Amino acid sequence: MRTADLIAFNLKLIERQRLRSAMLLAAIAISVMAINLLTGIGEGGKQFVLGEFNLLGKNVLIMLPGKKETTGGIPPLTGEATRDLTLRDAEAIARLGNVSAVAPLIAGKMEISHGTLSREAFTIGSNRAFFDIRQLEQAHGKALPKLPFEQSQAVCVIGSKLRKELFGTKPALGQWLRAGDSRFRVIGILKDKGEGLGFDMNEAIIVPVANAQALFNQAGLFRVFIELRSLDGFQKTQQRILALLKERHEGEEDVTIITQDSLLSAFENILNTLTLAVAGIAGISMLVAGILIMNVSLIAVSQRTREIGLLKALGCPARTVALIFLSEASIMALSGALLGILISELLLYVARGLYPTIPFTTPFWAQAGSALIATITALLFAAIPAQKAANMTPVDALLDKKAGQA
Amino acid sequence: MIEPKAMIELQQLCRSFQIGDQCVHALDHIDLKIEGGEYLSVMGPSGSGKSTLLNMLGLLDMPSDGEYLLNQTATSQLSEEGRATLRREHIGFVFQSYHLIPRLTARENIELPLILAGIAPKQRKPLIDKVITRLALTDRAAHAPNQLSGGQRQRVAIGRAIVMKPQLLLADEPTGNLDSASGREVIELLEELNDEGITLLVVTHDQSIGDRATRELKMIDGRIASDRVTRTAS
Repeated sequence: MRTADLIAFNLKLIERQRLRSAMLLAAIAISVMAINLLTGIGEGGKQFVLGEFNLLGKNVLIMLPGKKETTGGIPPLTGEATRDLTLRDAEAIARLGNVSAVAPLIAGKMEISHGTLSREAFTIGSNRAFFDIRQLEQAHGKALPKLPFEQSQAVCVIGSKLRKELFGTKPALGQWLRAGDSRFRVIGILKDKGEGLGFDMNEAIIVPVANAQALFNQAGLFRVFIELRSLDGFQKTQQRILALLKERHEGEEDVTIITQDSLLSAFENILNTLTLAVAGIAGISMLVAGILIMNVSLIAVSQRTREIGLLKALGCPARTVALIFLSEASIMALSGALLGILISELLLYVARGLYPTIPFTTPFWAQAGSALIATITALLFAAIPAQKAANMTPVDALLDKKAGQA
Repeated sequence: MIEPKAMIELQQLCRSFQIGDQCVHALDHIDLKIEGGEYLSVMGPSGSGKSTLLNMLGLLDMPSDGEYLLNQTATSQLSEEGRATLRREHIGFVFQSYHLIPRLTARENIELPLILAGIAPKQRKPLIDKVITRLALTDRAAHAPNQLSGGQRQRVAIGRAIVMKPQLLLADEPTGNLDSASGREVIELLEELNDEGITLLVVTHDQSIGDRATRELKMIDGRIASDRVTRTAS
């Protein structure tokens, strides 16, 4: 029997049993969709996290106030300090041998206004080093000037979106903004770069750290970015920084240092768990679909006994009879898989629309793999019914009394 | 083509079934020779083994004992695959209940043996067209079986049986579900095919149909009770 004929023969059968086929198709589509959707979300999250932390070089440490005693979890990104991390601490770190740059950070929401326009914006207090470490570039103007940590200056750099919202089409460079009680002159506008580490830099305003301390009336730093000169002695420098802070903080080690590696490995744990969950869900839904396929195939074999008898009488060999049933199951599995992939792609497309910063995409291996698993499951579960059909003796199959007459 | 030796030869052929603790001999040491081109009818009471004989000749069933030679080939040693090939190439079946596939049109039903034999669509077309014209089914070809009358259904079934140009046509009560007018048409069609050289064997309850054959077999209790040539083939 030719492949094209086999497919045509099966399609007529599937078309004839629309409801049954639709149910089967749905079962397979749902399980394939589950795999693709979960993989897409997991992969999107992974890419997002990797993208975020790739913004930092491998030689950048992030120091947070506060200490989490547990290991392996996500570090305390919010920070719950008992003792403030101060500008003086940052200065002391900057004096260490292997440290090339230190960027202190204070951040918060603040009402920013220009003329009658005003809006709440993410306000970052930092220094020139912050621009280098975070690889921020200016579309216009320049970065914050190089200042001693504790010196303030009424200048700011703003994100492109904030610029548009406050100034519209008018030039912004050199103009004055009001933030809280203070006024800042705009000296630079950032290139459109999107989010990084959870801040949307397009909507942010960056001011010197000392100004921010005054604005927020807060001495404690939110974070300190530390860039090392080289990766050699990475561990050692980390130890030295911790020792220094311990000494400065009355013998208590109350800061946490995050490295790209430690963050990535923490997220990898989460992602691995997610992968296991995907595998589990996929396994269960495939099993359900497989049992459904077997049931449907068994019913089909018993309903079509006389047809099997006829095919045999017409000289159809046993393996062709088995092939007819197996190919029907495969066609259903492949179409179901295709449908499932299409639906998951559609949902991920919607998700990308809702969360543009997270790259939700199902990798090709997951799509191909889920289609393959669906087909293999279908073949495995259809094998017993197909064998049953193939092994019928022609005379018994023809004389089957259960079925009606054609 | 008439073979010099018998096309069909049964030697001491037995077929027995175990029903409960009783052994039923559906065919009991049958010896039979059929030449190519013969027209036989098989008659006998229910349970006399005539359908079993037909299934045996059609290689649908396997003998418990004895040998069946088809074109001098011993069939008892053949695998199911081997028997399937012989069925496909040499034997056509016509059943009382037609055995058409309901989801396929008349044309597709006739096409089925060609499809199963793996013949290319281009080569299939002229073969089917010829059969459809021969059976006067041209304007019914696109209809599903349930849109056809009994006589038309049986004509479709005959079309399916002869599309592979078999040597042997086995008909099991071909008129059993038909009124007498369509029954006669079907029998006349089968006889025309026999005139064209096909070996025809009809199992029937109907004496008037049985009498039309040139050779009549009567079966009782799994044995051939009488085997007579009523008239020589025309």
